[in-house]
Amino acid sequence: MKKQTTQSSPAGPRPWYDPRVRSIFFQIVAIALVAWGGWTLVDNTLSNMESRGISTGFGFLDESAGFAIIMHLVPYDATMSYGRTFWVGLTNTLLVSAMGIVAATILGFIIGVARLSNNWLVAKISLVYIEVIRNIPLLLQIFFWYFAVLSNLPSPRQSVDVGGAVFLNNRGLYLPEPLTQDGFGLVWAAIIIAIAAVAGLKTWARKRQLATGEIFPTFKVGAAIMVLLPVVAYASAGQPLEWDIPALKGFNFGGGITLIPELAALWIALSLYTASFIAEIVRSGILSVSKGQTEAAKALGLPNGLSLRLVVIPQAMRVIIPPLTSQYLNLVKNSSLATAIGYPDLVAVFMGTTLNQTGQAVEVVAITMAVYLTISLLISLFMNIYNRAVAIKER
Amino acid sequence: MAESTMKPPKKTLGPISWMRQHLFSTWYNSLLTLLVGYLIVTSVGPLLNWVFLDANFKGSEPGDCTGAGACWLFVSQRLNFFIYGFYPDELQWRVDAMFLLLAVAFVPQFIERFPGRKWLGLFGITGLPIIGYFLIPGGLLGLEPVESTKWGGLMLTLILAYIGILASLPIGILLALGRRSDMPIIRGLCVVFIEVWRAVPLITVLFMASVMLPLFLPDGMNFEKLLRALIGITLWQSAYMAEVIRGGLQAIPRGQYEAASALGLGYWKKMGLIILPQALKFVIPGIVNTFISLFKDTTLVLIIGLFDVLGTVQSTVTDPAWQNVAVEGYVFVAFCFWVFCFGISRYSQNLERKLDTGHKT
Repeated sequence: MKKQTTQSSPAGPRPWYDPRVRSIFFQIVAIALVAWGGWTLVDNTLSNMESRGISTGFGFLDESAGFAIIMHLVPYDATMSYGRTFWVGLTNTLLVSAMGIVAATILGFIIGVARLSNNWLVAKISLVYIEVIRNIPLLLQIFFWYFAVLSNLPSPRQSVDVGGAVFLNNRGLYLPEPLTQDGFGLVWAAIIIAIAAVAGLKTWARKRQLATGEIFPTFKVGAAIMVLLPVVAYASAGQPLEWDIPALKGFNFGGGITLIPELAALWIALSLYTASFIAEIVRSGILSVSKGQTEAAKALGLPNGLSLRLVVIPQAMRVIIPPLTSQYLNLVKNSSLATAIGYPDLVAVFMGTTLNQTGQAVEVVAITMAVYLTISLLISLFMNIYNRAVAIKER
Repeated sequence: MAESTMKPPKKTLGPISWMRQHLFSTWYNSLLTLLVGYLIVTSVGPLLNWVFLDANFKGSEPGDCTGAGACWLFVSQRLNFFIYGFYPDELQWRVDAMFLLLAVAFVPQFIERFPGRKWLGLFGITGLPIIGYFLIPGGLLGLEPVESTKWGGLMLTLILAYIGILASLPIGILLALGRRSDMPIIRGLCVVFIEVWRAVPLITVLFMASVMLPLFLPDGMNFEKLLRALIGITLWQSAYMAEVIRGGLQAIPRGQYEAASALGLGYWKKMGLIILPQALKFVIPGIVNTFISLFKDTTLVLIIGLFDVLGTVQSTVTDPAWQNVAVEGYVFVAFCFWVFCFGISRYSQNLERKLDTGHKT
């Protein structure tokens, strides 16, 4: 009897003290809870939908939508399907996101560098900008630009006029639209050739520098190629570009590109708001490069520009990129605030009007969330690839 | 001997040399200074005029706004609505009492050496919500009930932010621990939860809470709109919180985990006594950033028809009786948010300095 107990005890502690047994137990409990929760949700949803007479499935995407949308990048009218409203909303979201990312990045880098300027006034002004803008809700800023600023602009007849080509009034911002004529293909070809030539030049210059140590002025020559080649092509093809300049017709402007006030307000607010965060990211990135690095670059005899380009910025980018990615993601997600002022983005058009008209809540919400999930993953992917390219390789 | 009579060097002290160093060190700095200075002079003067000198403070009707500047009468006339929403006038003392308790609990946190400061803070995160639970909705202890549809204004904003912050921190900690757990299934569930919530905009979450949650629940069980919004905000924000805390957990050296295990501490003791105190201290700035963004994001509830402070202002700026008062209303809301957000961020910087035990250089 006694022998048996001593034999069984080396098998370890009692099973409920064994970390492996415990972890398996907890995981089974977790799976059971999630499965039970999920099953309850699905069951409830199905029975609720049945009792309310809501059909399921994606058939509604082919039905006619029957509502107008004030701005669409893809052809659209009220007779088209809900599937088409989805594309209208998606392209509008992508447009304002892309515009916002570009503007916020440029502005953010400028303000971030200005914050570190040795000019006291410039540094303080950027500090005030950052502290004011980022502590005020974005939705309020969108309302401010839309209801307080843009809707108080003069009517089309008294438009603010910039050089007779750009007009600003309470109906929007009117820009001249470039119309490509026959033969413009030559210019596109020239641009592609120029890009290829500059890429080739860069590899050649690097090879030569590795072999002989001589530095070729790649940037200046490359810029010259990028400008000259398309210009020559443009002139030799007989200047195949015309501008459609907006003009007052009756009560409103016609022609050109129109930036509706909803888009303008959303763009301005998103860019200014995100820029205040990017500025702080840029500042922390630059400050993270230790002073010794700059001093070492100076000691090597590198001029200011080169030491910035070859020593400071590559190390700063390593710190800047990950949080910058998050800011881009935030900007895309924040563009959904468009709903509040009526810019027809994905959420407003699809999750708003389409959902209300069809009642297909589950499908519409699922599609919308899947779209945002995809956009977020794509941005993370591209930024991670870029991050890997600029990361400092340690061996 | 001539050396001893040498005068001290000029141009290194005094305002002139300060300006020479900080404003006019190079030609482009001088140009920048002049440009920015010009912009400031031309914008600050009119701004001050608008806000103070030409503004209208006296009177009670729209017609009393005769000056060229801001019409603050609009804000002062509607202040009651902006702060309390539709909360009944005679019961507003309950909200006032909560405001007072909130101030008693948190204002001393900014004052070093205030007696019993820690206890007041502890009361703020334990006792205060319990008192609020009885006081604001009423219905118990002989207090007249006030439905949540009548709550609004600044008071609703603070309720949303306060409960959101209190709930999202512990949920975020649990999610972060789950994501770093050795158990693959629990880790996977946490990763999916965090990534999905973080990838979708808060608006879609709020839409879902207001449109889809009723579909998910069994018949007869229904939450109020406010509670649904609160659940959405909290879950969304706790996913962000989890990532911040994960960063802190990753910054703790392996040796700390191993030392805690060597002492024979179990999982929860190891985390609660050794790892989390250090990890949370590391990421105070990130946690506070999340709090601040949650505070600002509470404004989004106006999209699903709740009247937070921005919602109350937005619904009145279009009142035909008052002309062009949108800017005044927005400035008021901006000021409310700015004071809170700036205060929180300053407090966190203070806390960071105080808790710094020399881990950072």
